[in-house]
Amino acid sequence: MQTMRYIDNTTTLKLNVDVCVGCGNCILVCPHRVFEIKQKKATICDLNACMECGACANNCPVDAISVNPGVGCVEAYINRWLGRLFKDRGRSSCC
Amino acid sequence: MGTPHRDSPVLVTANYKLSFDLLRFELAEVDCWILVVDTRGINVWCAAGKGTFSTDEVVLMVKQTRIAELVSHNTLIVPQLCAGGVSSSLVKKKSGFRIIFGPVQARDLPEFLERDNTASEGMRAVTFTLMERVELIPVELYLQLKTIGFVLIAGFLFAWIGPHMFSLQAIIQRTLHLGMATLLGLLCGSVFVPILLPWLPCRQFWLKGLWPPLLVALCWGINIYPHVTIELLSLSVWMSVFSSFQAMNFTGCTPYTSPSGVEYEMRRGIPVLALLAILALLVWLVAPFVD
Repeated sequence: MQTMRYIDNTTTLKLNVDVCVGCGNCILVCPHRVFEIKQKKATICDLNACMECGACANNCPVDAISVNPGVGCVEAYINRWLGRLFKDRGRSSCC
Repeated sequence: MGTPHRDSPVLVTANYKLSFDLLRFELAEVDCWILVVDTRGINVWCAAGKGTFSTDEVVLMVKQTRIAELVSHNTLIVPQLCAGGVSSSLVKKKSGFRIIFGPVQARDLPEFLERDNTASEGMRAVTFTLMERVELIPVELYLQLKTIGFVLIAGFLFAWIGPHMFSLQAIIQRTLHLGMATLLGLLCGSVFVPILLPWLPCRQFWLKGLWPPLLVALCWGINIYPHVTIELLSLSVWMSVFSSFQAMNFTGCTPYTSPSGVEYEMRRGIPVLALLAILALLVWLVAPFVD
């Protein structure tokens, strides 16, 4: 997806290379090819392509990856903010 | 599917009608088992994001269907995009089945299976082609029909304010102008923006959404020059606000916008758009007295 890029420097994705065992799961599951293996460890090669879907963190066997996963959806945010405003926990998602 | 035997692969999918039908269509020539996870009619990626296509659901289905008694291996091929909800190591731990992540697109499955369950780089990345964007337009338009109706009714209720007060013709004309501006805004934000997405300048969607109405307003203005009225100016601003908001809304349909990014642009876009909307409304209300 090199033709379409979203806003840079906003993602919450973090990789702790010291913990990484180089299993390559993150590389398999990432829909935007954010990771690659270098010297038997995962590295982030395209941080700003990350859409915070959470697939990598969910499939990392040693919890080396952290990310605030979610859906990039305006309606979800509006509902969340309205929910906070009216103290109504029922509305937190969209569709 | 076909005539599966004990060594045939087991493919997992969601019980979203389109996902399932697509899988059946693509695997017409392949002997395999299909394990359907109950995602309550939601597609693979959304269900993974919302937690219905999850580790526990897969484990539950494996146990409920007793698939282990039907096959001689312990491998499940799951769609790559369920990885947000399904953890391969946890499924292995809880059910004994090993997870292999298949390609993003069902159409790549036959090749994936032929290649001994390995996917090429291209099979692992999501795309957002012109066709994929165009397919989303009807839903986007349909969802906003209510807004158009609401604007027309509200517009009609306020259109009588002005020196023309009792002229039904003037009221209807003002309402129709407002309706047309809203419709054009919708067209800009929900048709032109999706189509032109990669070529519109700026990364933030609300900014992308300002370009088409700007062009429309310019063309419109040039066309009727020098009869540009205050009412038309206010309607142009309203059209831009609506288009911009619709463009921002479109982030929810794309496969590459992150929640942090959406929050970032909403914190900037919404105050500006709200201000512009109020401005447009005020000017529109004052316009009949000035024009």
